[in-house]
Amino acid sequence: MSRRDLVIIGAGPAGMAAAAQAADLGLSVTVLDEQPHAGGQIYRDVDRIAPIRGGILGPDFTHGTTLTAAMRHDAIVHLTGAVVWAIEDQFRISYTRGGRGAQIEADRILLATGALERPMPLPGWTLPGVMTAGAGQILLKQSGILARNAVLVGSGPLLYLIAAQMVRAGTPPVAMVETQSRGDVMRAAPHMGGALRGWRYLAKGLKMLAEITRARVPRYTDATGIAIEGDGKAEAVRFTSKGRSHRIACDTVFLHHGVVPNTQAARSLEVSHRWDAAQHCFVPLADEWGQTDKDGLFIAGDGAGIGGAKAAECAGKLAALEVAHQAGRLPLAERDRFAAAPRAKLESELAARPFLDAAYPPCAEALLPDDKTLICRCEEVTAGDIRGYAKLGCIGPNQTKAFGRAGMGPCQGRYCGLSVTVLLADATGQTADETGYYRIRPPIKPVTLGELAAMDDNTLDAAE
Amino acid sequence: MKTVSPFLELEDAPRVEVSFDGRTLSLPTGANLAASMLAAGIDVFRNTPVSGAPRAPFCMMGACFECLVDIDGITRQACMVEVTEGMLITPPHSAEVRHEPS
Amino acid sequence: MDTDYIIVGGGIVGLSVAWGLLRRGLTVTVLDGDDGSFRASRGNFGLVWVQSKGMKQPRYAEWSQHSAAIWAAFADELGNNTGQTVPLEQKGGYDLHFSEETLEATVAQYEVLKGKLGGNYPYEVLGHNALRKEEPNIGPTVVGAILHHQDGHANPLKLLTALAADVRRLGGRVLTGKTVTEVTKPDAFRVTCADGTAVTSGKVVLSAGLGATQLGPSMGFKAPIRPQRGQVLITEKLPKLINRPSLIARQVDEGGIQIGATNEEVGLDDRVTQPGLSGLAAEAIAAYPALARAQLVRSWGALRVLSPDGLPIYQQSAEMPGAYLVTCHSGITLAAAHARVLPDWLEGTSAAPNLEVFSEDRFAVS
Repeated sequence: MSRRDLVIIGAGPAGMAAAAQAADLGLSVTVLDEQPHAGGQIYRDVDRIAPIRGGILGPDFTHGTTLTAAMRHDAIVHLTGAVVWAIEDQFRISYTRGGRGAQIEADRILLATGALERPMPLPGWTLPGVMTAGAGQILLKQSGILARNAVLVGSGPLLYLIAAQMVRAGTPPVAMVETQSRGDVMRAAPHMGGALRGWRYLAKGLKMLAEITRARVPRYTDATGIAIEGDGKAEAVRFTSKGRSHRIACDTVFLHHGVVPNTQAARSLEVSHRWDAAQHCFVPLADEWGQTDKDGLFIAGDGAGIGGAKAAECAGKLAALEVAHQAGRLPLAERDRFAAAPRAKLESELAARPFLDAAYPPCAEALLPDDKTLICRCEEVTAGDIRGYAKLGCIGPNQTKAFGRAGMGPCQGRYCGLSVTVLLADATGQTADETGYYRIRPPIKPVTLGELAAMDDNTLDAAE
Repeated sequence: MKTVSPFLELEDAPRVEVSFDGRTLSLPTGANLAASMLAAGIDVFRNTPVSGAPRAPFCMMGACFECLVDIDGITRQACMVEVTEGMLITPPHSAEVRHEPS
Repeated sequence: MDTDYIIVGGGIVGLSVAWGLLRRGLTVTVLDGDDGSFRASRGNFGLVWVQSKGMKQPRYAEWSQHSAAIWAAFADELGNNTGQTVPLEQKGGYDLHFSEETLEATVAQYEVLKGKLGGNYPYEVLGHNALRKEEPNIGPTVVGAILHHQDGHANPLKLLTALAADVRRLGGRVLTGKTVTEVTKPDAFRVTCADGTAVTSGKVVLSAGLGATQLGPSMGFKAPIRPQRGQVLITEKLPKLINRPSLIARQVDEGGIQIGATNEEVGLDDRVTQPGLSGLAAEAIAAYPALARAQLVRSWGALRVLSPDGLPIYQQSAEMPGAYLVTCHSGITLAAAHARVLPDWLEGTSAAPNLEVFSEDRFAVS
């Protein structure tokens, strides 16, 4: 089994930037990533796609090629298609690649596992044809596939981005059903100071809105009572906006109300997390270099708290600097000197966050759905079920998991965990921190028993 | 047979034949399997083992496990697989469990 | 006094006892822990199991047999009361063997036990071919199995949920998120929790699993119990692959194949390990080769609550009469006995079972 100075999990902006920085400082680096090509979700398959669809996707996408280029470094081993399913003490990492289990050891680990779409449980959200907005963007980015009749539902900058990209690609969405209200924007106003420092993002946002408006895409704001209807697949979105009921026929629905850190790997290592009230999600505890409360375990990028791709790139570099310092390859003064530029950039990248978080809050009715709405897609558990288990004495998500299976399916709670915490906290009067989250255990991604058994010492001995 | 798909393909690539649930599909080689199946008009990938409800890709990034299919006998996330010629794809566990030869 | 009984520990054991007491018209308060407590009730393997138990103590075999025999009626009653079925299948279970020697040695032991039990030990030995007729997916290296007809398996999580619901329906008071810090008996019992909650009662049942090691000595018990880790795997939901359960694998009512379990002396560490998971996967594939293609979706470690000889402990405190230690490894198998028979022992009725052999007297003072 090989041992590396640094193993990075995830080849998105944080992981790629960290790999290049660490390799430049003389560390041996292995990057494990599930995808067949570097880029993560934001720069997915960017080397192949930038020349083909760079125009539609814009310079924020093609920027990714600078990161993939820096990844091509002699000291970096990039294992594509590597699915990590267990990380254990002193950092032994188990993963599957090409149908075979393998392991690698690391002195230090950087988790750069990025974000997930915030779960958006609304009536009908499990129907075929309903996808996340991120999925819609991935379809367009990676595969050049566009939904002919799509309604975009929710709130947040990504919703405008995908709408603008659809407009540029010649197939605008049928409508935008937006859940944020004028009041939200008013409440966000005090944060404008920060946003002015992040003016570039706001200018981009306005430009996207102008593109959407020019394409005459109907926009409905303040939408409530949202339900997706259809017999076996999505056929329409029903909602109320400003006192009027609407029903818009469509084939595809893209849902989005923000992204949240993907904490599965960090949780499996029992890293402490805290509830971030502004972003309505749990974030891992980490210091200014991204080191968690587990020695040698770092987190950078959206997985450490949502900041976006450019912020992730800076955070990845900072983590790599501290890793190099701890490994004895970079004196303290050098570390701090190298850190100055990425730290300043990181702060300016994060400046617009408080405004965005306040202006585009999560959709209230998806945070506390009505009783009949499914919240655990895998095991088909409803919000009402969770409220019922709270009445039976469940004060945390691991108890509701035992009582009703929410979080036990193949997605391992990725798309119900936050819903269960919020529902339970609401039912018991505890805070989200008191309520807690699922205990995440390996495998953090499913692995076949055959792959697992092939790593059994006794089996290996017998084969020799 | 060409099904009208709710999705439009911008790219053209060399195609290979795969089979899904007994149907022959012509998909772009090397493309993302879940995306290509959607573009080919497959709107239901599987039915849940809990209630039998129909499901199709949701997140396209390997997190939701809605796009599960059997590929050559093993359950995989279609959104994490690239199209190769001759893939035998079925909804998960739709075939009887085969008995191992002893 | 606030209540007739305080039950310290709201797992399967505590809730089973609480349910039985409530059904007799007694008042009960259950003090339960928090979301992160070590809970064997949600980590166990779900067998309702007789074979191999009590090889050295036939009374334990009988106690398990009795509980298994009344389990179905118990599950039915819970199901009727709550509208939530507790899945149970009692059509026998296997001890699978990969060598003739271990099979023969086990059969020899079973014959001895069968004699002590007056012949009530209905099992048969299946050779590979006979086993294959019953279990078409069995692997070629399984030489045979002991099929014991009193064995079976249940859905332990649905049992937990149904008990939680029915205890409340019967008027039981359940306080959650409680850590009991002190039990005193100035006159009545007074049980105090870390958050300041205090409850008084006529009797106290200590059924706190591993928590009894801390509280037990202060209540006059030896409570010589220790944790033993078992790692367990469960696959994606699969079509019918396994008909009867074994200690290696069982197919649960929802369709997943549950695979168990390691026996590890690692203290209060309930994590899973790659070597542990890989070893279990290899054994399960040897038993059922088709499992090689199945996806593992979850694994967990849980801590068994073990006494030195593995048998339950039922003990009234000599220092604090009216305080009872009730602890066992097999809370699922014994749930029916705890619900329907143990209350007679706690109440000292004429129907009280003889549980002498399960007292702490059997543990030498060291």
